[in-house]
Amino acid sequence: MPENANELTNLGIKAIRDGVAGGEFTAREVAEAFNAAVASASELNAFIVTTPDHALAAADATDAKRARGEDLGKMGGVPIGMKDLFATKGVQTTAASHILEGFKPQYESTVSQKLWDAGAGMLGKLNLDQFAMGSSNETSYFGNVNSPWKKDGTNAAMSPGGSSGGSSSAVAARIAPAVTGTDTGGSIRQPAAFTGICGIKPTYGRCSRWGVVAFASSLDQAGPMARSVEDCAIMLEAMAGFDPKDATSLEMDVPNWEAALDADLTGKKIGIPREYRMEGTDRAILDSWEQGKAMLRDAGAEIVDVSLPHTKYALPAYYIIAPAEASSNLARYDGVRYGLRDLPEGAGLQDMYAATRAAGFGDEVKRRVLIGTYVLSAGFYDAYYTQAQKIRTLVAQDFEKAFEACDVILAPTTPTASFPLGSLNDDPLTMYLNDVFAVPASLAGLPAMSVPATVNSDGLPLGLQIVGKPFDEQGVLNAGLAIEQRAGFDAKPEKWW
Amino acid sequence: MSVTREEVAKIASLARIKMGDEELDRMVPELNNILDWVEQLGEVDTSGVEPMTAVIPNKLRLRDDVVDAIPETSGGRREDILANAPAAEHGFFGVPKVIE
Repeated sequence: MPENANELTNLGIKAIRDGVAGGEFTAREVAEAFNAAVASASELNAFIVTTPDHALAAADATDAKRARGEDLGKMGGVPIGMKDLFATKGVQTTAASHILEGFKPQYESTVSQKLWDAGAGMLGKLNLDQFAMGSSNETSYFGNVNSPWKKDGTNAAMSPGGSSGGSSSAVAARIAPAVTGTDTGGSIRQPAAFTGICGIKPTYGRCSRWGVVAFASSLDQAGPMARSVEDCAIMLEAMAGFDPKDATSLEMDVPNWEAALDADLTGKKIGIPREYRMEGTDRAILDSWEQGKAMLRDAGAEIVDVSLPHTKYALPAYYIIAPAEASSNLARYDGVRYGLRDLPEGAGLQDMYAATRAAGFGDEVKRRVLIGTYVLSAGFYDAYYTQAQKIRTLVAQDFEKAFEACDVILAPTTPTASFPLGSLNDDPLTMYLNDVFAVPASLAGLPAMSVPATVNSDGLPLGLQIVGKPFDEQGVLNAGLAIEQRAGFDAKPEKWW
Repeated sequence: MSVTREEVAKIASLARIKMGDEELDRMVPELNNILDWVEQLGEVDTSGVEPMTAVIPNKLRLRDDVVDAIPETSGGRREDILANAPAAEHGFFGVPKVIE
């Protein structure tokens, strides 16, 4: 390993890409440094499998291109972590479930292929909540992910958030410069907030869902997680784009978000939704929200009060819609076509299905499949599912009205900072409340990001959330940049792994 | 609305998930907690509101009427499709006997 390995692992996407292009170091040196950092961080349990050879091969290809004077791509020489929800050809893809253990896709997801085409390499497949169902990364079949952060003066293992918990842990620990995440009801933003990093969920349809293990198809969106707003802009450009293989893919050009980044918000209006002042929100979170307003005012924006009256109903509506879609999507795991098969002695086909799914799904997945099956069943469909879809319409209309008065919305990402692993396990409902601020934007399909704002009195990071109009990722990124520049967040977890 | 143990057993059977007594005992109060909580959606007056069908306005495309237009989602990939099957024989998925 070269002497500068520690310095290299502190770099983000832009610094690596530009450093490789400028000949300051080689892509191979970068890949070797991160491979070594990943190998020495097994205590975080951020990766389910590591793929150092993939990272090295991509790096060598980038170095060879540079030698030939060719374009290195948007992500040339940058090794990344891939959430284990993306199908990667020939590399085990599990969604952190037992039922997909050993599954090796024969094809590559659109998003991962786009990243490889842009010059990125893969460090490994990142741990997550099983089938992306969870907010603490405690539902993975492959064990909890540890946050690199600790509460000041304690040694308790902390949650990296979820479902993209391996992703957030890896970026915060500087064992990956950037990673993919997916967000169904906050799974990019909440873990980003818990670990002091940035993450953006684009408008629904920007990133192809082809080859992403499906959870709730009307909500699932991929996005980047990294340590700066600019890195998120670069990586989102590489991930996004029309894909004929996804029926809900947006047939729109990908803007050059990186080039158009601008933290001057003169003339912009920032909406503050009054319904987000909820009981149970930490004082420190409310304080950071106030600081966020001051930062955006300082950037030239005007702060305006807006109302999202159906906010309270967004989370319960989500917990009907998402399980309903999940119960349908997860019907494919039948022990016939791929994954686990449990065939008890003398069992018939129906018994085999039931035994396979009992053995292959974790508790949270079973809970949601049962709820989904129930709310879609004859006699209950209208009372639960149709009512929830109507409320989803109302939540989306709330945002439409609010955006008549403002350009972006500023809110906390989460009601609390990270919590110790195991502390919220007794009650699924308490766990669900983590996503109370994140879910409304998911239901409305809007672009939303979390940027680190500050640390609380325990030394744990807090994030601020920016929600934009459909297709206005630029407005979200620009407001994020204005906060990033003023917050000057430079806290780092102390290395214990 | 709340669900009884028998109803949960029925739902589990519809979802093709085998559940033992102990698991059912655990699941019943958990599901009832969640169902009690989503009950609040009934407070909202939704008369005249259309249920959402598409979150972002997007027209449904028709693909070109061409055989194998997109290789990854087209025919002629039997080996790929069977590659991860727990039991594949003679080019088919293997399942337990379904006809007596």
